[in-house]
Amino acid sequence: MNKFVIAVYVENKFGVLTRVTSMFTRRGFNISALTVGETESPEYSRITISMEGDGYARNQMINQLRKLYNVKKVELLEPEKSINRELMLIKVKNKTETRQDILSAASIFRANIIDYSAEALCIEATGEPSKIDAFIELMKPFEIIEMCRTGIVALERGSGSILNK
Amino acid sequence: MKMTGAQIIIEALIEQGVETVFGYPGGQVLNIYDELYKNSHRINHVLAAHEQGAAHAADGYFRATGKTGVVIATSGPGATNLVTGIATAMLDSVPMVAITGNVPCDLIGRDSFQEIDITGITLPITKHNYFVNNVEDLAFAIREAFQIARSGRPGPVLIDVPKDIQIALTEFENEPIFKKFENSIAPDEKIEAALELINAAKKPYIYIGGGAMGAGVEEGVQELAEKIDGVIGCSLMGLSAVPTDNPRFLGMQGMHGHYASSMAQNNADLILAVGVRFSDRATGNKKKYAKNAKIIQLDIDFAEINKNINVDLGIYGDIHDAFGKIAKGVKEKKNPEWMEFVKGLIEKEESSYIKTDKLTPKTAIDIINDTTTPETVIATDVGQHQMWAAQYVNFKKSRKFVSSGGLGTMGFGLGAAIGAAIGSNCPTVLITGDGSFGMNLNELATAVSTNANVKIVIFNNGVLGMVRQWQTLFYNKHYSSTTLARKTDFVKLAEAFGADGYRVSTPEEFSKVFKTAFEKDGPVLIDCAIDKDEFVLPMLPPGGSIDDIIVEKEVDSDE
Repeated sequence: MNKFVIAVYVENKFGVLTRVTSMFTRRGFNISALTVGETESPEYSRITISMEGDGYARNQMINQLRKLYNVKKVELLEPEKSINRELMLIKVKNKTETRQDILSAASIFRANIIDYSAEALCIEATGEPSKIDAFIELMKPFEIIEMCRTGIVALERGSGSILNK
Repeated sequence: MKMTGAQIIIEALIEQGVETVFGYPGGQVLNIYDELYKNSHRINHVLAAHEQGAAHAADGYFRATGKTGVVIATSGPGATNLVTGIATAMLDSVPMVAITGNVPCDLIGRDSFQEIDITGITLPITKHNYFVNNVEDLAFAIREAFQIARSGRPGPVLIDVPKDIQIALTEFENEPIFKKFENSIAPDEKIEAALELINAAKKPYIYIGGGAMGAGVEEGVQELAEKIDGVIGCSLMGLSAVPTDNPRFLGMQGMHGHYASSMAQNNADLILAVGVRFSDRATGNKKKYAKNAKIIQLDIDFAEINKNINVDLGIYGDIHDAFGKIAKGVKEKKNPEWMEFVKGLIEKEESSYIKTDKLTPKTAIDIINDTTTPETVIATDVGQHQMWAAQYVNFKKSRKFVSSGGLGTMGFGLGAAIGAAIGSNCPTVLITGDGSFGMNLNELATAVSTNANVKIVIFNNGVLGMVRQWQTLFYNKHYSSTTLARKTDFVKLAEAFGADGYRVSTPEEFSKVFKTAFEKDGPVLIDCAIDKDEFVLPMLPPGGSIDDIIVEKEVDSDE
């Protein structure tokens, strides 16, 4: 089982996301994360899919995505040739005896405190998914109240656009 | 010129070359039906008894003619009744355009009367679909729907049109039909690699499916087999592409395939697969499938390459082009040992046929073969009768077999046979079983109202034979819900619908009745009494391999 990231350009039209996700269900693909957003072109949205699976699942995923009519471009992003980022918001208990530890950890991870109250700290962290995982591990002993992750957004390194590939 | 959405639908259909549409009216398609009424001299509408039957008719229409089938239904239940028909078309790569009405846009999303999200429901069973909420998008959606349905690997497309869009006005001008999307052309290296493999082969087997017919390589396949001294086998969907009497044609392979065809495939050193998807019913246990062969897979759909089995060489692109190049480039050769081996298989297969003077599926189909013309279309439902038809019908021309392969839709046959008969103007024989026929026999009404030239032959054994066969073999003869304790009198039923009906129980009776029926125009039903424990053989048990092939019935299946 390998982790991989696929970037997909889809037409920016009503219902396209449903077409893509409905195909995942139908073909039995298991997605770890999915992000959608605007792109440099108003015609297209970009979907970034993170998935675990073997080579067969990876190829099937790419082929079946390419078959969808509103999908314009599908590209596998090789880890060494791409930049992956994820954003997380995490709320932890704010106690006098642990506050300094939390602030130090956040500082080392270049995470920002974005909300502060007597009972809780809210921290924003960005980075590679592995960094986010590590930061969560660090926060566990301090009692996590609530957290959410955006899922990966990714671009290829260099000057190209996958749309023109 | 300013037109309403409903007018645009009809004008765009005519522009796309549509002559016949199948359907059923209802509240949210009244405007479309009003235009059909006004344009009845330009476009023919066939009223079915049920939307499912209409969808199967549009499907059968394509299978027998090669022309895209069109079906119209109203919103809600009208639309959901199409679902099985659309799914059947999807699984067999049949181009179809389904047009549904829906409630007006301002009532969408409010659970209005007969409102249903049919684009949502049909997402996984259409190649693409449209919800048209702006009349200006309507003509383009219809044109593009035909383009998508027909291009590459064909499939069904649905267009959902709310009622206010059918009423709204916009400009419409005729346009030339959108050209099909261009197929990829397989790279020369791939063709070279294929030639190398084929030239090295001593036991070649050409394996064709529905994609071969779609690409129009029926003749080419036969020429190539001659040139490389090989044999031809097919999947269920590939039937009728090659005439049954071609000496190199071994018939369907797979779970209920011909012994010679399945055995030859297992012994081949090269399989050239053309437009097949290696379904589980065709391969059995994939790990043991065709172990001795190098497999070349030729397909128009890149997602099919390596999907079900790992092939040695996958060639994605236009099949007609790639196949033509392969057939031209390949070296001529003789494989006397291979042909001798295959001859042995055929002899063994033929010796297993039991001669009988009883009315059996085989004796009945032999009579059908002797009576029908080369133009005759053979339609089936799903079950034992379908496999017997696949095994024994003598096809002489391409696109003459109309059968639900991928989805295995019981109840497909009658609607499809009507669509095939109307579209092709050829006599059509529906071979069905009492189980399948019981599912959608309401379409007898359509057969009568259209005077469709459909001869219905029911292999009536009083049981759900295929399921019973599995229960006999694998479920300790627990005949759970497969014995039909019905008292349906199919002859009276036919008469009640206004068709002729006959009952036969011997080959002589069947021969006489079928010959008379075949000469007549219009629908005739023949109820044939068949033994309930007749098996479809050979059989590869589910998940089994060629080593597990059952060729003889050893079990006694008495209750």
